[in-house]
Amino acid sequence: MKPFLRRLRAELFATPADALLSLGLIAVLSLAAFGFLRWAFTQAQWAVIRVNSTLFAVGRYPVEEQWRLWLLLWLLFAATGLSWGVLRSHPRRDRSGALWPRNDRIAAVLLVVLGLWRPWAMGLSLSIQARWWGLVALLLLVRWLAGRFGRRFGPLGLRLVALMWPVLYLVGMVLISGGLGLVAVSPSEWGGLMLTLLASSFAILLCFPIGVLLALGRRSDLPLLRWGSVLYIEFIRGAPLITLLFLGQNILGFLLPGGLAPDRVWRAAWVLTFFAAAYLAEAVRSGLAAVPRGQFEAARSLGLSYPQALGKVVLPQAMRVALPAMVGQFISLLQDTTLLSLIGLMELLGTARTVMANPAFLGKNAEVYLTLAVLFWCCCAALGLGSRALERRLDPHAVPSAT
Amino acid sequence: MYRNRTRSLVACLLATGLLAGCAGEDGGVQSQKLSTITGRDKLICGVEGKLPGFSFVAPDGKYLGLDVDVCKAVAAAVLGDPEKVEYRDLNSSERFAALASGEVDLLSRNTTMTLSRDAPGGNGLSFAPTTFYDGQGVLVPVASGIKDLKGLAGKPICVESGTTTELNLADRMREQNIPYTPLKFQTSDQTFAAYLGDRCVAVTSDRSQLAGKRTSFPDPDEHVLLPVVMSKEPLTPATTNGDPAWADAVRWIVYGLMQAEESGITQANVDAKLAEAKANTNQADLRRFLGVEGDFGKQLGLPPDFVVKAVKAVGNYGEIFDRNVGPASPLKLDRGLNRQWKEGGLIYSPPFR
Repeated sequence: MKPFLRRLRAELFATPADALLSLGLIAVLSLAAFGFLRWAFTQAQWAVIRVNSTLFAVGRYPVEEQWRLWLLLWLLFAATGLSWGVLRSHPRRDRSGALWPRNDRIAAVLLVVLGLWRPWAMGLSLSIQARWWGLVALLLLVRWLAGRFGRRFGPLGLRLVALMWPVLYLVGMVLISGGLGLVAVSPSEWGGLMLTLLASSFAILLCFPIGVLLALGRRSDLPLLRWGSVLYIEFIRGAPLITLLFLGQNILGFLLPGGLAPDRVWRAAWVLTFFAAAYLAEAVRSGLAAVPRGQFEAARSLGLSYPQALGKVVLPQAMRVALPAMVGQFISLLQDTTLLSLIGLMELLGTARTVMANPAFLGKNAEVYLTLAVLFWCCCAALGLGSRALERRLDPHAVPSAT
Repeated sequence: MYRNRTRSLVACLLATGLLAGCAGEDGGVQSQKLSTITGRDKLICGVEGKLPGFSFVAPDGKYLGLDVDVCKAVAAAVLGDPEKVEYRDLNSSERFAALASGEVDLLSRNTTMTLSRDAPGGNGLSFAPTTFYDGQGVLVPVASGIKDLKGLAGKPICVESGTTTELNLADRMREQNIPYTPLKFQTSDQTFAAYLGDRCVAVTSDRSQLAGKRTSFPDPDEHVLLPVVMSKEPLTPATTNGDPAWADAVRWIVYGLMQAEESGITQANVDAKLAEAKANTNQADLRRFLGVEGDFGKQLGLPPDFVVKAVKAVGNYGEIFDRNVGPASPLKLDRGLNRQWKEGGLIYSPPFR
């Protein structure tokens, strides 16, 4: 505690003027915090969130088919636990190799606290509370098992885990939309957090390959390819996303006879994808530009073919440079999904707006928007954390850390 | 993408041509739209989706509201089931395009009927009977003692800038030569916050909106809507000019709801009334209205008992009003212009003959 106090003194109360400023700031901040907490715990009426929690989570997804989403959630939690454990059981050079490093212990405790407290505090029904407890328990159990026995599978285990996610994504798609013997659920009935995550993950996954191809196209020696890419990128970057979304919604209806046009949700998801691809292409291009030309020439002179030189030498280095910019792009893409509410889709913001239009909850805007902010912050924080972990993993000069 | 743009432009032109062609062909008795809907076994209804009392999603995922009930009534009359509706949330800029392209069968989305929207040279809509006569109103604190527009002389009035609301206020006040100070705000939230912060003695907006906002005030009973109506906003369901038979079907389903109220037929007693009509051959009006005799349904391409089905699903017009925006709802709107004609309102169904 001593060093902490000493630091506090050095940083905040070094001179009388500093002390005055610090005290003033602390007073203002604590007043604001006090006001906020008083509002949150005494005045705010959180019933609007509790009653509409299903709507916020999955929108108008039919109740009798919601077991599919729960199943998907169980699979996701198990897969997360598995990946977490397997990654820890295969320690990297820069890691101490501990099975439960400090950050993991903190994460586990946080998970348990959130999983136990949050569903209870929201006053969800007992069966749903129990499901959340079960989910957290499953995640930690699988994490423990995978950490304990993961090493036995060797590098194959790591590869299988990497392969598991795309498969799980496809399984999730089938579970959500139906098919293969499941009742089809029309995308018009998807909504809430599920739709936000679905649309943004779809766009993030697909814009990546398209963006890389566009970036390569823009640097290509073939004029047709180069100018095609330039035109595409500049056209997309020259139009606001909302314009493109409206274009997708309104023009396609005229283009194709009713029923043939892809559903509104998919139209929007594709527009998001093509929009993000143009921006991503520029991020990737900046990465490519950062790789010295000699790298490519050296690779070629060693006898690597063009695709090999690109895929094994140039792109990995370019990606590492472009990663922060790309993740920034992904985060803004996640937030751009709120624009879908303007074209009448029920993603998080659309759900929020329809909830606020319910005469029973009129005027509960602050509660609803605050919840939205927290949800978005969680999603973006998760993306940011993931990207920083990836950056460390890709960093060839990483030093072993103490954690 | 450049190629895409040219392609969509060409397609757009093509589509416009096609639509013009369709309009000519579909003028027959048989409704193309009606058979599309029965074939699909689902009505696609365009709604606002975020308007208190008119259309919103309840916690259980079901759509509710006055506009929604019109969709349900039509679905019940055409398909026999009020739940066979797929709702599309449309914003104000895309609603007419969605109707024109056939993406929605029916637009029940607080749309004001105007000449340019109705005319073939304008949006080319075909309007059903008006389901809600809205209009611009003025909300004042009870304590201010203001009873009419004259009472607002020289006082500041809160209004959203850049809207027809602002223009209507200016017009009405100039007509009556009443000086006032408009306090303009960008959004509706700012406008009402200023009113509650006592920066003006009155706030003006559509009456349904004022009533909705009032419920969220700390003390709703301390505020009162003045009896003035400064503009005409007849909110009306619409279909396209392309299919008159479908437009007629929708029109008479809505009239059916209004006539049901006039005839005292409610969701609760519709079965009893039907039994009464069947038993009593003297009740010719009732028998025709409920489809026991005559061929009104057939003439419209609907089942003979379409009125019975619609009323059983959502109740008569008065019940729909009361439940969604009237005394039984948190909005507590007065029937006002939306009373039956016999009580001095504008709700009037032509005879079912």
